[in-house]
Amino acid sequence: MPSFKPVLLEAVGVPDGHTLASYVARGGYAPVAKTLGEKQPADVVEMVKSSGLRGRGGAGFSTGLKWTFLPKDHPGPIYLCVNADESEPGTFNNRILMEDDPHQVIEGIILSSYATRASTAYLYLRYEYPKSWQRLQAAIDEAYAAGWLGKNIKGSSFSLDVYLHRGAAAYICGEETGLIESLEGKRAWPRIKPPFPAIEGLFRKPTVVNNVETMACVAQIARRGVEWFKSIGVPADPNNPRDPGSYGPKLYCLSGHVERPGCYEAPLGITARQLIEEHGGGVWKGRRAKAVIPGGISMGLMTESELDTPLDFAGPGKVGCLGLGTAAVVVIDDQTSIVDFLHNSCRFFAHESCGQCTPCREGTSWSLRMLERIKAGKGRLKDLDILQEIGNTMGMMPGSTICGLADGAAWPIKNAIKKFRGEFEDYIKRTNPSGWMVTEPVPALQIVGAH
Amino acid sequence: MIARKKILTDEMVAKIESLAPRYPNRRALTLPALHVVYAELRHVPLEAVVEIAELLGLAPAEVQDTLSFYQFFPQEKPCGQVRAFVCRSVSCALRGGDQLLEHLCHANGIEPYGTTPDGRLTIEPAECLGACDFAPCILANDDLLASMTPEAAQAELEKPRGRAT
Ligand SMILES: Cc1cc2nc3c(=O)[nH]c(=O)nc-3n(C[C@H](O)[C@H](O)[C@H](O)COP(=O)(O)O)c2cc1C
Ligand code: SF4
Ligand code: FES
Repeated sequence: MPSFKPVLLEAVGVPDGHTLASYVARGGYAPVAKTLGEKQPADVVEMVKSSGLRGRGGAGFSTGLKWTFLPKDHPGPIYLCVNADESEPGTFNNRILMEDDPHQVIEGIILSSYATRASTAYLYLRYEYPKSWQRLQAAIDEAYAAGWLGKNIKGSSFSLDVYLHRGAAAYICGEETGLIESLEGKRAWPRIKPPFPAIEGLFRKPTVVNNVETMACVAQIARRGVEWFKSIGVPADPNNPRDPGSYGPKLYCLSGHVERPGCYEAPLGITARQLIEEHGGGVWKGRRAKAVIPGGISMGLMTESELDTPLDFAGPGKVGCLGLGTAAVVVIDDQTSIVDFLHNSCRFFAHESCGQCTPCREGTSWSLRMLERIKAGKGRLKDLDILQEIGNTMGMMPGSTICGLADGAAWPIKNAIKKFRGEFEDYIKRTNPSGWMVTEPVPALQIVGAH
Repeated sequence: MIARKKILTDEMVAKIESLAPRYPNRRALTLPALHVVYAELRHVPLEAVVEIAELLGLAPAEVQDTLSFYQFFPQEKPCGQVRAFVCRSVSCALRGGDQLLEHLCHANGIEPYGTTPDGRLTIEPAECLGACDFAPCILANDDLLASMTPEAAQAELEKPRGRAT
């Protein structure tokens, strides 16, 4: 593979890389001046569409295409919401972009707002990122002072205000309509779609929701060109008309049982094994991986034998995972219990389900209760079938819930039990020698630490 | 009529009002207002909810509904001068996050979500803090305590710690 030079992360390690001066010295904001002077919004939409950029927030939807869903000739206002809720376990690339190169994010916001004809952009930032808050606010202040934000930017007719809006520690605020409800001052209950945000979103106006890394990609496409972006990654599969390809650089978050956890930029399509070996210094303590999360906990699990799967938008799905998600790769070594892993996953989703849809509220809560019971040495083989049934029936894919949180809760359950059933069975038989074969209903245990 | 002491100070109201031009309606000020009050008082008592509702032209139940959803703003009493969120999600758990939480609760004689009797420290389990490269980690007020051992974490939490944001 030819050596790859980081672009999205080019400011990392640069002294004062987060400042306006550093960003401009690296070629930043020149594309904004050029765009506002020479191009129409439709040109920017076309540029992003033809680059093949797919959203980095988890769903991988074409960014340019999403923008075309906005109504034509709308009198406004149109809103851009930048999704910086970043709460998917294992994920921290937005944090690094906001802390180390906030102007790259802001430039992407300006270009995207121009393309979508938004004159107000809200950046919804999770509460747990105080340093991002400070760096972004300082960068926004710098950008206003230098005339990159505000009224009639650089003498053009385009005006834009960017506001930071702070969350309050809830995962569901990352779901785009949950984010919108939260911004409006309400509980973050995802909305039933349609209408999609592009038609009726924030304050009932047409709205685009995009991820922070997506914004950074837009800035880089404007600076380096569509051809540059398309030269990186995995081209569309000619035999699959539904595969639009996976183009561009991607920020992979590597954590868990690796020697060197961190955020690494690589072409889309690097395999999990390459990431772990070449960037992460291998599995820690010279051990082997038992399982690897390919893209945040919602995406499920790959086994050690599946580690050569390319981490592009199409790859993880081929081994039964939900998708690439946030490209957060978490390594689980061979001395870790999969029962413990699944308990941790179920606890997360039971805690974060917003409670609107019965299958999600009850499914996440009962799967946690069952894992608590299994861990307490009172599991039954039958529980594994019940867990599978919960996994198969809750979510947008089976069509029983409003948002994708439930699919994210289901996938680790389905993958863990399918791919590691033997380990679950051994654990249950070993810890519950007198009751593992019981099939009659059993009472739930007192549960701690969940609500 | 007995004059009631207002919870929202003039400064708090001014701060909330300074954000009003950012939004097309006043309900969107709910979270910012809750944050303003929380930043000063380290909790948002019910009286403050009523006053926020009055300020924003909402029913108190609307503000309370939002507040209660997030389970982030303590209501009964202020959290400690240091509020420590100890991550228990997957990457931290793989590197000892649960043990870290247990150790810290034990060392400070409190249960998870509890506050020390001197009001200095609150310890809460948290889901992924977005710093999995530094697992296991803790967010103590504005400071990320990275790659913690139980001993190092206890020493860190004994230090005084302000808040900038
Ligand atoms: C439960 C749930 C949580 C989500 N959390 C986030 C998040 O924290 N950040 C994010 O950008 N997208 C998140 N998403 C995806 C968003 O709904 C949305 O697709 C995304 O922000 C669109 O941006 P993009 O097109 O640039 O990827 C989440 C989705 C679901 C179902
Ligand atoms: S699927 Fe779960 S998180 Fe999503 S809206 Fe329904 S209850 Fe809420
Ligand atoms: S899992 Fe602890 S910071 Fe992400």
